[in-house]
Amino acid sequence: MPQEPLLSVSNLSVSFRSESGLVRAVRGVSYDVRPGELLGIVGESGSGKSVSSLAIMNLLPGHAQVSGSARLNGQELIGRSDEELSAIRGKQIAMVFQDPLSALTPVYTVGEQIAEAVLVHEQVSKAAAKDRAVQLLELVGIPNATQRASAFPHEFSGGMRQRVMIAMAIANAPALIIADEPTTALDVTIQAQILDVLQTARKVTGAAIVLITHDLGVIAGVADRVAVMYAGTIVETGTVDELFYTPRMPYTLGLLGSIPRADAGARQPLTPIEGTPPSMVALPSGCPFRPRCPMRQDVCAEREPELLPIEGDGGPDARSVRLQPDPPGGPEGPQLQAGATNDQRPTTNDHRASCHFRDDIERRGLTSRDIFVAPAPTELARVLGARETRPTMLAVRDLVKAYPLMKGAVLRRKVGEVRAVDGVSFDIREGETLGLVGESGCGKTTTIMEILNLEKPLSGSIQVLGKDTASMTRADRFAIRRDLQVVFQDPMASLDPRLPIGDILAEPLRAHGVPDAQVSRRIRELLQLVGLQPEHVNRYPQAFSGGQRQRVGIARALALEPKVLVLDEPVSALDVSVRAGVINLLERLRAQLGLSYLFVAHDLAVVRHIADRIAVMYLGRIIETGTVDEVFDAPAHPYTQALLSAIPLPDPRKERQRVRIVLKGDLPSPANPPSGCRFRTRCQTFGALTEAQRQTCINEPPALAPRTGSADHLDACHWATVETVL
Amino acid sequence: MANTASTVPGAAGPEEASSRLQLVWRRFLRQRLALFGLAIVVLLFAVAYLSPYISLWQYTQLDFNAFLEPPGGSHWFGTTQNGFDVFALTMRGMQKSLVIGLLGALMATALAATIGAFAGYFGGVVNTALLTVIDLLMVLPAFLIIAILSPSFRGHTWLIFVVLLAAFQWMVTARIVRGMTLSLREREFVQAARFMGVPGWRIIFRHILPNMASLLIIDATINVSSLILAEVGLSFFGFGVQPPDVSLGTLIGDYAGAALTFPWEFYFPAGLLVVLVLAINLVGDGLRDAFDPNTQGRA
Amino acid sequence: MAGFLLRRLLYLVCLVVIATSASYFLAATQLNPRARYEGRNPPPPSAVVDATLDQLNMNDKVPVLTRYQRWAGDLLRGNLGRTIDNQPVNDEIGRRMWVSLRLVLIGALVGTFLGVAAGAYGAVTQYQLSDRLLTVFSFVTLSIPAVVLGVLFKNAGIGINNLLGFRLLYTTGEMTPGLDPWTVTGLLNRTAHLVLPSLVLIVIAVAFYGRYQRNAMLDVLGSDFLRTARAKGLSRTRALIKHGLRTALIPMATFFAYEFALLFVGATFTERLFGWHGMGEYFVNSVTKNDVNSVAGVTLFVGVLVLIAGFLSDLAYAALDPRVRV
Repeated sequence: MPQEPLLSVSNLSVSFRSESGLVRAVRGVSYDVRPGELLGIVGESGSGKSVSSLAIMNLLPGHAQVSGSARLNGQELIGRSDEELSAIRGKQIAMVFQDPLSALTPVYTVGEQIAEAVLVHEQVSKAAAKDRAVQLLELVGIPNATQRASAFPHEFSGGMRQRVMIAMAIANAPALIIADEPTTALDVTIQAQILDVLQTARKVTGAAIVLITHDLGVIAGVADRVAVMYAGTIVETGTVDELFYTPRMPYTLGLLGSIPRADAGARQPLTPIEGTPPSMVALPSGCPFRPRCPMRQDVCAEREPELLPIEGDGGPDARSVRLQPDPPGGPEGPQLQAGATNDQRPTTNDHRASCHFRDDIERRGLTSRDIFVAPAPTELARVLGARETRPTMLAVRDLVKAYPLMKGAVLRRKVGEVRAVDGVSFDIREGETLGLVGESGCGKTTTIMEILNLEKPLSGSIQVLGKDTASMTRADRFAIRRDLQVVFQDPMASLDPRLPIGDILAEPLRAHGVPDAQVSRRIRELLQLVGLQPEHVNRYPQAFSGGQRQRVGIARALALEPKVLVLDEPVSALDVSVRAGVINLLERLRAQLGLSYLFVAHDLAVVRHIADRIAVMYLGRIIETGTVDEVFDAPAHPYTQALLSAIPLPDPRKERQRVRIVLKGDLPSPANPPSGCRFRTRCQTFGALTEAQRQTCINEPPALAPRTGSADHLDACHWATVETVL
Repeated sequence: MANTASTVPGAAGPEEASSRLQLVWRRFLRQRLALFGLAIVVLLFAVAYLSPYISLWQYTQLDFNAFLEPPGGSHWFGTTQNGFDVFALTMRGMQKSLVIGLLGALMATALAATIGAFAGYFGGVVNTALLTVIDLLMVLPAFLIIAILSPSFRGHTWLIFVVLLAAFQWMVTARIVRGMTLSLREREFVQAARFMGVPGWRIIFRHILPNMASLLIIDATINVSSLILAEVGLSFFGFGVQPPDVSLGTLIGDYAGAALTFPWEFYFPAGLLVVLVLAINLVGDGLRDAFDPNTQGRA
Repeated sequence: MAGFLLRRLLYLVCLVVIATSASYFLAATQLNPRARYEGRNPPPPSAVVDATLDQLNMNDKVPVLTRYQRWAGDLLRGNLGRTIDNQPVNDEIGRRMWVSLRLVLIGALVGTFLGVAAGAYGAVTQYQLSDRLLTVFSFVTLSIPAVVLGVLFKNAGIGINNLLGFRLLYTTGEMTPGLDPWTVTGLLNRTAHLVLPSLVLIVIAVAFYGRYQRNAMLDVLGSDFLRTARAKGLSRTRALIKHGLRTALIPMATFFAYEFALLFVGATFTERLFGWHGMGEYFVNSVTKNDVNSVAGVTLFVGVLVLIAGFLSDLAYAALDPRVRV
């Protein structure tokens, strides 16, 4: 090793007492962080990735039992008093948390909160600390930093708050920054901004970063080394290239094979990992991944594999991968400086995996497709004709929805109105999936709520199966609800926790007068249809995992044999490893039952995988629409280009070569949208236009029109030029 | 595994299929203080209603051989200056206090739940009207109104008194219920029911109120003790339970002046009242902890 | 904005008008002022009684609407009518509200401060001895009716006097009649009168605020921003006080506002037990004396104070929580 580790964690364990027994949240985690490097820790919820880092900082609640060791520059952190640790926290190790809304104290200005971080560790005047706060805010890219320093956290957007958190973290130039899911709560274009700011922070302070995330794409782009956590322990670790290109633990393999990719052209079924992560109260004996692992043998149940180096790793092929020079100015720039004295590539025993068969996988060069089996494509219920010949299931024309804009919490009053949806049109033909995408605040949720309400819209029209909602009676609406059903995002929130799933599935049937005798038969059918055991009818939702609950939600939506399904972010609340199963289920059901989907999502990779057509929304309007391949491969609108460019790909080499379009600032307020083209204030190509062209953008709202040659591919940009970004 | 019709194996972990209510009950049982409170309430209830059969004296009976006797002999709690048996009076008073508390609490919580949920779910005119009623009742001094009306239920049933007490007890909870309904209404399982075509009133009673059960149960428990205390306050001034009936409040009011000279007249009813209210509060607190998933379960 | 405030004000005025009128009608129909005269021995001639009641606008032989009209007319001129003892209700309230304030103010201030401090301390030292003691104290105190608590303190005071052999603490009234209130003796005498009732109020306030502040503080204890404050390098205690307590005061704003707006309403039981002639006593007396105009006057007075309290509570929220500032 060329360098002493900055942070050396060894055999760290954390457990909590709980209702159902001792929760062993972290079980013997060991890793090193070298000065200036970026270590990514990946894991699903409950894998112990956040708890282990909080344990190092001693920020866990009092009843957590922590054992093991964590040394910062040789100095032990575990077991130190709160007083001693407060001198280290914020000074040598800083943290950035996930949810920037709740992580800032609501009653102090952001300037005060950053200045406080300076004042705790340095003997400077309050005025000097305040000045520092303003400088830091400028550094992290907050415009008008002097004024914004005296604003309160609630006056900032999520992305801006996360910048404030980063400013606070780098206030004392720490040697290590632990960033715990810093971009999870943010939209993809804002995520790109924040990752940029983190890189800036790293350059300025030279700090090492531990980046904790569940998103393999984020890690691929920025990390030097990666540790994968599963069931409270590290199951594989290595350089980012080793981990993404030659994973040797079946879990890592499965994870990589189960994520849909935005840059994947031909659609193939994903390879799901069956089952769910184990309960941390009752771990299976031996390897914790055993119950889900297709390679399991008897030895796996007998003892838990240790995290050991992979024999024979570092063959000519692998070495050539690792010695490939980084592109100049690429994301690994700072790391090059940090380790420039020596061969900065880790030695071979750095790639470790905890699997009894790691060497076997290595020798045979197994991939996820060899280990996990993808479902065969389902036969279509019947062959569909050309798109134009199929009937229209759902048609939305110039839909407008406005909300009153209220001000003040004490004296609530209306001060204006927000047009959350402002002239949206699309249609869905039989058997087709339309992906409606956009970032939060773009109006996609409002659009589907308007459709599901089946009321007469403020302006424009909605037609479900050819019937206009404006002319429907109460009885018509009730009848049409059979054909139009919905699956919601959060499987926790969409099932009433007080009803057993049998009753949950019976509700739509009873509401529509299905006789009791048929109800129970239909419930069994439905459970089987979505891959659940019919014996589970009497269980309550909390007895099921997230993926299983979402299957119940889908079963309920299918109860009345609808023709159109609205899917509101159906997989975004699920863990990465169970997403693939639900996506495959949705694809199978569509083919098997001949359904049409309106699929709302912010995750473009999922949309690319599942949808036929796509509509991209920005500030209440559709700005580009077309077939999925057209829009992903040849995006014409600058916003679509920025959106696609911001998606992190789980492919380190590709990530290093990509040039990311990072949009300026936040989404403008929908209450006061920019004139003309609504995107012009953040548009990356606006600056390169001539003055006359800009005037057009400012004065004329661009209409959706075919500008790329394909009659079916529409965009709303006056100066659209196709650019490939994936 | 590769088969599309495959079944997702077993549900999560060992704690499967135990319903929430069972869990709450288990957690409640673990709290010794709350259990102790529950035992006391049950005991007091039993003693109050069985007392006519175990005591030698009835509360209407006068013992002309014992005026202002201290506790002892057949008068376990002593006697009053008229020769009434303090034990019999106290037990009778406790019956009344218990019934007033329980009945009133039930009414107040039911009223709060229904009105709050309807106002929150339907919004619009219903909401405005109900909020105005709540505002109005908050401005009216409850004590004064019940006091004015007290002569009119003299000689009538004390049930009117209970209704009045409950009528001024539901507003704060109704506001909380309304607030919770507003957020539950946006919850996805309620929306799902709505998009299935389930009517509003059914959604309220099937999805919304059951999901506030914890709040409502705790509120009802707290209402029991606040109503008992309110009855004491009103009866202290003669505005509550009317003679010849007695309650713990009338006894405390009548004998507060005797606390120094003939302490048994005051301290027996007052002491039992405090024990009763304390026990009910312990139960309420235990329920709150049992329902709250954040408590650590260390009683 | 101005229009919005005006509408809001109009709504509140309507509420008070309806509430006051309702209680006037209730009192005028349910109470029986005539009984006060008919009970005298010998009973005065009915013509005399009628004349007196007419003068007071309390004659039940006059239709209630007519009486209401006269009362409302007077009210519009700022006159709340006369009490059954032929005193102006305005004067009665004007005098008694200050008596109540003098009784309640010290107890409220001291009790609130101690209660908030104790609650915050209890939450920070959760499950330690001090916290358990506070919890038990709050719990027991809140289970004791104010009447019983008052009797206990009063008797304890008498006990102390007996033990000392001289009168250290007074249990009746605001001060010994005939003393000049602004001399040293007078002030000491006032203090000696104030100790016991204030103690009752303090004990209740500490129990109440101790419990609520503790809960509010516990709600904040697990919050992300406290973790952030500690991650910055603040010690646990400092983070708890600077970030935790400050935020946990927000939900208490309503309690503070109502408590301080209703100071003038006094404390009914304490006044009665310790013989102070404040608003609380007036409350009770107006009903027992069948004093219709006083009942209506008291309702109006309390109603207005409740609305002021609501307004104060909004102001307090805005002052404590930047998120609700307009």
